[in-house]
Amino acid sequence: MTSKNLFAQQQSNRRRSALLVAGFLLFFAWIGFGGDLSYYLLSRDAPPGAYRHDIPFMGIATVAFAAIIAWSSWKRGARRVLWATGAWKLVEAATPEQRRLVNVVEEMSIASGVPKPTVWIVPDPDPNALATGVDPREAHIAVTEGMLATLNRDELQGVVAHEMAHIQNLDIRLMTLLASMVGAVALLSDGLRNFMRFGGVGGRRGGGGRKGGSGPAGFIVLIVWLVTLLLAPLLSRIMAMAVSRNREYLADATAAQFTRNPAALASALERLDAVSGATRSISRGAAHLCIVDPGERRLAARDGAVADLLASHPPIRHRVVRLRGMAFQQAKQVGAVTSTEPPPVG
Amino acid sequence: MGFFILLGLAVVIGLWLMTTYNTLIALKNQVINGWKQIDVQLKRRHDLVPNLVNTVKGAMDFERETLEAVIAARNSAVNASGVKQTGMAEGMLTQALGKLFALVEAYPDLKATGNVAQLQEELTSTENKISFARQHYNDVATHYNTKQAMFPTNLVAGIAKASPAELWEIEDDAERAVPVVDLSSKKPEA
Repeated sequence: MTSKNLFAQQQSNRRRSALLVAGFLLFFAWIGFGGDLSYYLLSRDAPPGAYRHDIPFMGIATVAFAAIIAWSSWKRGARRVLWATGAWKLVEAATPEQRRLVNVVEEMSIASGVPKPTVWIVPDPDPNALATGVDPREAHIAVTEGMLATLNRDELQGVVAHEMAHIQNLDIRLMTLLASMVGAVALLSDGLRNFMRFGGVGGRRGGGGRKGGSGPAGFIVLIVWLVTLLLAPLLSRIMAMAVSRNREYLADATAAQFTRNPAALASALERLDAVSGATRSISRGAAHLCIVDPGERRLAARDGAVADLLASHPPIRHRVVRLRGMAFQQAKQVGAVTSTEPPPVG
Repeated sequence: MGFFILLGLAVVIGLWLMTTYNTLIALKNQVINGWKQIDVQLKRRHDLVPNLVNTVKGAMDFERETLEAVIAARNSAVNASGVKQTGMAEGMLTQALGKLFALVEAYPDLKATGNVAQLQEELTSTENKISFARQHYNDVATHYNTKQAMFPTNLVAGIAKASPAELWEIEDDAERAVPVVDLSSKKPEA
């Protein structure tokens, strides 16, 4: 049953990742060719000798740009995420704490059957952790120094198991691509907005030009185009958040399955929740990759529609309640029946 | 027309045979690999035990009995073979080590020296790895056993030379409690 679930999760993540890349390319194509189309429609009736937008160079440029971004997100997205956090690679454990982290990662790699990921340390006093990569065979786990100092062994194990769950079910692929691409969308949107403000399409057109039959069509396309452009950063951000929230419950459940110790993860989450600070080394762009929201923890604690839309993580206490429930079930089972089977989870 | 239907049917059955066979072989290899993983960790534990005993021997000379019990359990674990016997011997070793760790708690200055703490961490981790490797082994073995017994896969099981893999049973309650016993020093409750 477990492996079937896992397979379904992996399939869905593969599909979503492919859809994400396709949607990303289509969006950029629309931005480019849509702009070209409206410019073409508007300049079609231009007097002879004036500029007529016949060659869709914007579309060609944006699609080429998008293809490069998508390709580099796949190839270097994980590195970029890690680089942005300022993490360093833990090659040889120097302190007992680091040794413990490496051991725990090895333990969880055995429990999950996933090859051992590369371990990184983020020099940040706030406790947080993230996993990234597009392939479970070349995945990365990054843990902040604060995490190593705050948690005991069992709690650390729960956190690493949670990250391992993201790696195993290929959440990391979707998340890493999202992190890389969301940034690119924001960049393009800003760039084009500036381009328009300083004598782009709108500026040069002026009001009173003669509009033939093509005029309204051109303007409608232009308006739709502008709206998508303005909404793009917001939409991509909401998408990134929505995609990550439900996964946290799932990863918590899988982590409990790996460690058979849901109570430890619950107490780790409580401890992380108690720290009210923000993880400064981790930017908003990578928030959905983390175990707890790296922003100020207040948003994550709130319920309601707005928080639901904007928070990248479900409220921690909801997660704790679910984990405690699992721990209770497990304790009941161990007391009643003696079997080597894992407690039913989820 | 009929010929083509038959041909199509043959192709479909052929493809099904192929994929089912391959799935079974892949699962079998996973089971074998899972077993090897346990073996690797057991060996590591056997290597670590003498180190630990040597390190604490000086300070804990009068606990000779416990130390000897650990060594004896270790030696019988090294020589054990087969799932059942290995399981028993390893269980004994786990218990003996648990006792030793509990005793180490009574020697604060011994714990303070980095070496013992380090060895303890390594042994803890190795014991976790053993139990996780067993979990993993049992999971894949159960999956494999279920798969080969289910219809219609069971028709192919004979061709793939699939036979039920032996699960690693945990014999007694004391051993089942391994993850709790191993670190009597720190309980996670916040």
